[in-house]
Amino acid sequence: MRKAGYILVILASIFQAHAWAGDGKILATPGVAQAEGSGGGGLVPWAQLAGYAASDEIALNGFCSRAQVSDYRLDVCGAQLNLYDRVELSFARQKFDVPALSTQLEQDIIGLKVRLYGDIVYSAWPQISAGWQHKSLKDGAVANLLGAEDTSGDDIYLAASKLHLGALQGYNLLWNVTARYTAANEMGLLGYGSASEGKSLQLESSAAVFINRHWAVGVEYRQKPDNLGLKEDDWADVFVAWFPNKSFSVTAAYVDLGTIAGAPDQTGWYLSFVGSL
Amino acid sequence: MYKVRVGFLAFIILCLGGCQSRGDATLYQQLGEEAGVEKLVDVIIQKIGNNKQILPYFKDSNISHFRKGFIQHLCSVADGPCQYTGDSMVDIHTGMHINERDFNYVVELLIDAMTEVGLSTPVQNRVLQRLAPMRSDILLR
Repeated sequence: MRKAGYILVILASIFQAHAWAGDGKILATPGVAQAEGSGGGGLVPWAQLAGYAASDEIALNGFCSRAQVSDYRLDVCGAQLNLYDRVELSFARQKFDVPALSTQLEQDIIGLKVRLYGDIVYSAWPQISAGWQHKSLKDGAVANLLGAEDTSGDDIYLAASKLHLGALQGYNLLWNVTARYTAANEMGLLGYGSASEGKSLQLESSAAVFINRHWAVGVEYRQKPDNLGLKEDDWADVFVAWFPNKSFSVTAAYVDLGTIAGAPDQTGWYLSFVGSL
Repeated sequence: MYKVRVGFLAFIILCLGGCQSRGDATLYQQLGEEAGVEKLVDVIIQKIGNNKQILPYFKDSNISHFRKGFIQHLCSVADGPCQYTGDSMVDIHTGMHINERDFNYVVELLIDAMTEVGLSTPVQNRVLQRLAPMRSDILLR
């Protein structure tokens, strides 16, 4: 799967050589990089495609994120390729540190998202996209030990997003709702499904307000199944994102991940950087 | 359960805010009336003149005609005491083949200009909100 990342970079280099690197969207409207590598907020894949490519452009992003909660740490790095604001390809590598067990879980994710309808700013109805994330654990020992059925899995989702100009006391309001069909335990880090539970539909949502063209604050909520009977919780965050220009963005968040693998009250900080070619 | 409540509460607060009124001043007054609109249009023209990407669209344009029409149009769109008497947005942009990227570039020049003349973010957003529905009359004509 490491190849997927190289392929994205090579594809982008070819297009880059033709100087088609896209910057034709309005600042901040593509959002940032989500924990599984898709364009979105920090937790939720959004209907927007990552990168500033307009309909006749392509764009490539690289990103790295870290979430540090009470007993765990998650590092994610990856890339996102936007083809003509129609198709988004993404790759992410997650490293999940469990200091108590002196172990690190590693998962690779390739993502595909297709914009089906609309533009978050201009269309009358929300922008709609459909996406797929294929996730694969490098070592499934922990997942198997906890009773997971599989060590790789596929999520599919449908997302709707809309930016309302001036809707909140004159400030721009963005919302997104995503429905995901998944068997992932803790995003797949603890494997997929269990002996008794398989895929189920989970709802995720985000809302953000743009204080000005460079700064957004918002909240996210991600529903999750509890296939393993480990009291797996829904995830939530409150974030602030800074878009100084179209080449770079920084997102910081306070995250509440609830109980993870029996360890309760996993709250902490999230920091993410996205850079564009 | 606690998190569910926080999440939905935040969402409801955001939605409620969207339904509240925007005060009494017309957008035209918030733009600084005639002098403000003229100043804004002059800054936009200056920015277009300095932009290699956008300037070619204006190669056959009479700038003083464009300036007069744009001032009148903005005044009218902002509920000012003007009636726009120029050509329709469709007629003006037909044959220009403006793509999504260049349309957004001009939107960003407009935002730059509004920032430069000191308009607040909410006033800028109200202008964009009024102009956004015209996109389909302008794009790819």
